[in-house]
Amino acid sequence: MIDIGSIKSRPETIPTTSRLSRSDRWDHFMARIGVRRSEHRIEPGLYALGKPGPDSPVFVTSNYTLSFDALRSFLSGIDGYILVLDTRGINVWCAAGKGTFSTNEIVLRVMITRLGEVVRHRRLILPQLGAPGVAAHEVKKRTGFWVEYGPVRASDLTEYLKDHQATAEMRQVRFTLRDRLVLIPVDVIRLLLPMVAVAVVLYFAGGLALSLAVIAAVLAGTALFPILLPWLPTHNFSTKGFILGGLVALPFSLSAFLAHPGWMWWQHAGQALGLLLAMPAVTAFIALNFTGSTTFTSRSGVKREMYRYIPAMAWTFGTGILLTVFFALVH
Amino acid sequence: MINAYLENTLAYDPKLCNGCAMCVVVCPHAVFEMDGRLARLVRPQACMECGACQVNCVTNAIAVESGVGCASAMIRAALTGKKEASCDCS
Repeated sequence: MIDIGSIKSRPETIPTTSRLSRSDRWDHFMARIGVRRSEHRIEPGLYALGKPGPDSPVFVTSNYTLSFDALRSFLSGIDGYILVLDTRGINVWCAAGKGTFSTNEIVLRVMITRLGEVVRHRRLILPQLGAPGVAAHEVKKRTGFWVEYGPVRASDLTEYLKDHQATAEMRQVRFTLRDRLVLIPVDVIRLLLPMVAVAVVLYFAGGLALSLAVIAAVLAGTALFPILLPWLPTHNFSTKGFILGGLVALPFSLSAFLAHPGWMWWQHAGQALGLLLAMPAVTAFIALNFTGSTTFTSRSGVKREMYRYIPAMAWTFGTGILLTVFFALVH
Repeated sequence: MINAYLENTLAYDPKLCNGCAMCVVVCPHAVFEMDGRLARLVRPQACMECGACQVNCVTNAIAVESGVGCASAMIRAALTGKKEASCDCS
């Protein structure tokens, strides 16, 4: 016979609070700058926030520390349970898109934590952005728990909990300047090493101006682009990137006329044109890659952009590099 | 191609709608609205193809080719020869 003594024991919950410690904030900072990106995770399971009882609400979230901490910090003063799914340290929305924040994972986690023995009611409150991975009716069928989609943002939860109704505003994602600003460090740091390497090589090969041009083109794509996104003209990310890159390239292009007094006019013109072609291509490519960080680009739209503009980026970049190198060498 | 995002793969058949309003609840871009007892497609261009409405529609009235709208994921998928793009972000 199997000893069922351990199975019969009370379901275990992990205590937590809505207070964020200094080490939590340090962890958030490291996550924001992209250090050990997949390691900002907590143990999946059932957490007890405050002093919850059998009628306390159950909130579901992912095991990414930023998601879990946002949820618990906005539930200050509320006693409840937090069911943390194993999304491998990925936030709710992305995990829902990948299928780790999913119907199956909820069913499994409800079973493992024996949630049905902990609470009397049969209701789970999910973040709305978990919906792409979860079929509410399937969860009901397989666990007996009703899925209730709460607001998009945890900051709206206290308001939502008053009558369990989300306003239209609570149901819509935004992409505010602040949302875009926090994304910048990860991309800047990700491209820092290759950018510096290319800049150093160009410094010795072609001088300071070329080296700075690389840095300017990359920073325009990684830092300026997210900030200016809504105000850049045109709809497509590639064209927005080409326009921004063109503006940033302009002073470098003009300075090519001043840099080498001994050159013929056509050498100046060639170098200027080279920079004007190569730099925007770099910025536009990084801008196109920013689609994945936004809250609104569709797959079919991004695909159309890629087919249409990546060849243009490759051609202008290649031609620009050839021109720049050629006119630097013929001297 | 002035705007690559004007068209998408979202399709909705109101004849199959049972009026549960789940699509209105889960959509992060207010693409659907309730019109009496039926859901109505009011802002189709705002759809980002996340797939939440399709997954939560009991009567299969909604179809959308969902996936990540992320260029770097698709480029990586193309380079590594994978069929379906998946992001590696967190």
